[in-house]
Amino acid sequence: MTNKQDTNIFNRMMSIDRRWVFLLLIVVCVTAYFLPFSVPILVEPEVAVIHEFIDTLPPGSIVFLAIDYDPASLAELHPMTYALLEQCFRRNLRVMCTALHPNGPSMAEAAFLAVADSCRLDKTYNGEFFPAREVVNGVDYCFLGYKPYPALVILGMGTNFRLPFPSDYYGTPLDSIPLMKGVQNYDQTACVVNISGTSGTEYWISYGQGRFNFPLALGVTGVMGAEYYPYLNSGQVFGYMAGMLGAAQYEKLADNPGKAIIAMKVQLYAHFLIIFFIIIGNIGFFMDKFKKNREGR
Amino acid sequence: MKRQIPIFLVFVFGVFMVFQYFSPHEASEWIYKFLMDWIYIIGIFAMALGIWSLIHVSYDKIKHKRHDWGYSVVTLAALFTMMFFGITGFNENGEWGFYFMTQEGLTNPMFRNFFNHILVPIETTMFSLLAFFIASAAYRAFRARNVLATMLLVSALIVMLRFNPYFGDTFGFYMNKTAAWLLNVPNMAAKRAILIGIGLGMVGTALKVILGIERGYMGKG
Repeated sequence: MTNKQDTNIFNRMMSIDRRWVFLLLIVVCVTAYFLPFSVPILVEPEVAVIHEFIDTLPPGSIVFLAIDYDPASLAELHPMTYALLEQCFRRNLRVMCTALHPNGPSMAEAAFLAVADSCRLDKTYNGEFFPAREVVNGVDYCFLGYKPYPALVILGMGTNFRLPFPSDYYGTPLDSIPLMKGVQNYDQTACVVNISGTSGTEYWISYGQGRFNFPLALGVTGVMGAEYYPYLNSGQVFGYMAGMLGAAQYEKLADNPGKAIIAMKVQLYAHFLIIFFIIIGNIGFFMDKFKKNREGR
Repeated sequence: MKRQIPIFLVFVFGVFMVFQYFSPHEASEWIYKFLMDWIYIIGIFAMALGIWSLIHVSYDKIKHKRHDWGYSVVTLAALFTMMFFGITGFNENGEWGFYFMTQEGLTNPMFRNFFNHILVPIETTMFSLLAFFIASAAYRAFRARNVLATMLLVSALIVMLRFNPYFGDTFGFYMNKTAAWLLNVPNMAAKRAILIGIGLGMVGTALKVILGIERGYMGKG
């Protein structure tokens, strides 16, 4: 038999059926996505430093992009990859890339193909005009592909990229790729940017930056956000983007608004709803406690 | 002998790998690279073993029509289909053939279509569902029952709202500062303590394995 005291308004506030939570969340997300408004994006210094570093590299410099994520993290991390790649190609920087997650190669390849298409159009970013250009595999970028055992691959590349990757993802020997002429190891790259949804990031920090001392920046998922702050403060990582917010900040800096900036309004209102439910639950909790105390229970 | 040889090998190679890290000598580098190749070879055998085990378990389940045997059919069908399209394709002359780790196999449109139109939506959907569970879990778990729970609740609210554009400049600035402090000071202190603990634990376990104190890797033998 249901106790009348257990079904008072405060108890109900504490135990709303989770299906109502799900329903309201989907309504808020869909509405926020389709309503034509935008939310201002404030940029954090740890994101700005990556943009500034890449923006000030001399043309022809090599940026090493480590794409270690799978489709599960695509929503948060793809916008970072797109914004970074586009910035590199517009600035005439060259890009080397690995994907040390089994599902990473398709993510990296999709980004390269999409950004190469985008670069065929004239664009203006931050008041600077970039004429259309052809992005050529082997000249503007070299995609090394996937190899298992990330720690070993990272260590091997520190000696020579040809050790773990005698040929690129498409089977072309590295020695016959124009971009790879004179490129032996990390010493010839300006920095490494690891965009990751896995614990592979730790390998890049410990075995990569720790041993070969290259400038390392990270782009990670929101749930990994708090995890890598110690490395930022210790100087092992010079820049840090976390989650959709980090991606949106980078898109804003690169003046290349994309999916992350759109998704920020959805995320913001989803957070509002979660906070609303937390407040409702806590009001119910305290009022119930107060009521019980007053009744001397 | 059955126990002594593995212990001896682990000791020799373990000690070598420790000292190799600090030695830039050519011979040391050469042995290191040689040993790294062994790891790939062992890994390939492990992968073959894993695939065989998956096929064996799934086949057994289908054969005896065990609970949820239909999923095993899907698993095997997906495995063989992706393998087939991953290693076959048409070359420049339009000739069909088997291509191992070459452009023809990797750029097979069917391989890409299966990845882009099946795996990507499946994985993104699974991950998106997390938002709903997090919302429900946050509503149930974040109750200010005691001081620690209240601190956790307040910290979570501050970090969630740190970039709220509707707070205005002054309040928003302090909110952002507080969130940055939470991430850079208490969060970092806790993470550092955990990391140092993990690091020391790893060193301890590695030493136990190298010195033959920990022998779990040998199984029952």
